[in-house]
Amino acid sequence: MTGAIVIIGGGQAAAQAVDTLRKEGYGGRLVLVADEPELPYQRPPLSKKFLSGEMAAERLPFRHLAFYEEHRTELRLGTRALHIDAAARVVGLADGTTLHYDRLLLCLGASSRRLDCPGAELGGVHYLRGVADALALRADIRPGGRAVIIGGGYIGLEVAATCRQLGCEVTVLEMTDRVMNRVVAPSVSDFFARSHRFHGVDILCNARVVRLEGRERVERVHCADGSSHPADLLVVGVGARAASELASEAGLACDNGILVDEYCRTSDPAIFAAGDCTNHPSPRYGRRVRLESVDNAFEQAKAAALNLLDRGVVHDRVPWFWSDQFDNKLLIVGLSQGHDQSVVRGDPESRSFTVCHLKEGELLAVEAINHAKDYMAARKMIAERVHVRADALADPGLPLQQASVRG
Amino acid sequence: MPRIVFIEADGARRELEAPLGISLMEAAKQNAVVGIIALCGGACACATCQVYIDPRWIARLRAPEDMELGMLESAWEPRANSRLSCQVPITADLDGIEVTVPQQQE
Repeated sequence: MTGAIVIIGGGQAAAQAVDTLRKEGYGGRLVLVADEPELPYQRPPLSKKFLSGEMAAERLPFRHLAFYEEHRTELRLGTRALHIDAAARVVGLADGTTLHYDRLLLCLGASSRRLDCPGAELGGVHYLRGVADALALRADIRPGGRAVIIGGGYIGLEVAATCRQLGCEVTVLEMTDRVMNRVVAPSVSDFFARSHRFHGVDILCNARVVRLEGRERVERVHCADGSSHPADLLVVGVGARAASELASEAGLACDNGILVDEYCRTSDPAIFAAGDCTNHPSPRYGRRVRLESVDNAFEQAKAAALNLLDRGVVHDRVPWFWSDQFDNKLLIVGLSQGHDQSVVRGDPESRSFTVCHLKEGELLAVEAINHAKDYMAARKMIAERVHVRADALADPGLPLQQASVRG
Repeated sequence: MPRIVFIEADGARRELEAPLGISLMEAAKQNAVVGIIALCGGACACATCQVYIDPRWIARLRAPEDMELGMLESAWEPRANSRLSCQVPITADLDGIEVTVPQQQE
């Protein structure tokens, strides 16, 4: 198609869409609008090597400015898109200008869930989503400082590890009975909690925060059980929600994310969406999902870009995820919801083990701790919907793929 | 700055200069070398930045760790001279290294 394509977003999905559109021969006008001032950049290092200072800011962008120039992409960075007039096919921007589009791609990402207890507005209370958040947090981190992390999920635990490595006293307050409750098996939660405690992080479960105390900055965190914890800084990592306001205000169908079909089409035929902001069908899992995943953002943006060019590509991927905490790497492939059996391969004491989740004998998801081979094998096996023998899975001496049942 | 030669899957030679301290993967990405995907951004978590190192150079690289070896085993058509380019930091003595990008990453 010719005409004009406008992309809104500054993350993985937006950057990939530019790449795919031009690679596939799209020759029309291409505009990328992002509310942050940076070139589209990767977010995973923000809680790890960027926060620690090991990775400089110039290493975050996916591509240099020259890439966008060569790919004839007009960048409207630091410019928030305020509204979409779907009938007129116009996007209104915060600088007062408007952009006409023939097709629009929304890569709006996710935004941090906010704390809503008394004291949540105090200074020293941090969220982590963008570069600016990470820089503000880093400026507050001092050796010997007391960091309290609310939420023992990926971000909470990664930030806890980084703060500890930077010399802070760190306390993690997790509301449920175990860390990473929603995404890993109990044995994996247990392994990571022990690793954090070994490194001196205090992890408290069943800890529900009810109030923050302080004059201008947070000084103390109060929990429902009456306990309280002194804090020089606080990081809130209690999950994210799809950043879909722009879409819902434009009248697009939304429900826990922008509703798209397997072709990345929203309820408006000229508007597509990709990445964390979407609620999309997963053919592999037979249900709708909303994923916070680099891999999903990349693959869905590729499919969306092709479909902006009317290629009719179905987005069907097994998502994967990773987390680095101290010297341990968690590698997850697939979605475990709905499993009826879990098998542990190997001994957690060895620091390298794998948990396999099955449903009716089919491999649904794998959590591999410091175990690249199982993870890589599982990526293929889960996509191919192989059935497996639980007794063979449980033998860490056998390669994972040998647990496949050959039909 | 060391000179790095990437040979893309279609045989195209891409010669570029890369600053010390970044990885071969980052040099490839920043210069839009075709075929280096590197989804995880260098965390050794995705195996989509595989390259074949010119055998004359392989001994000069720091040996791969277990995590990288495990990833490479199931990467697309691994060879004895395969590396994940995110795990190879650019150092002064890599000036002139030749690196071939595989036909695909997965």
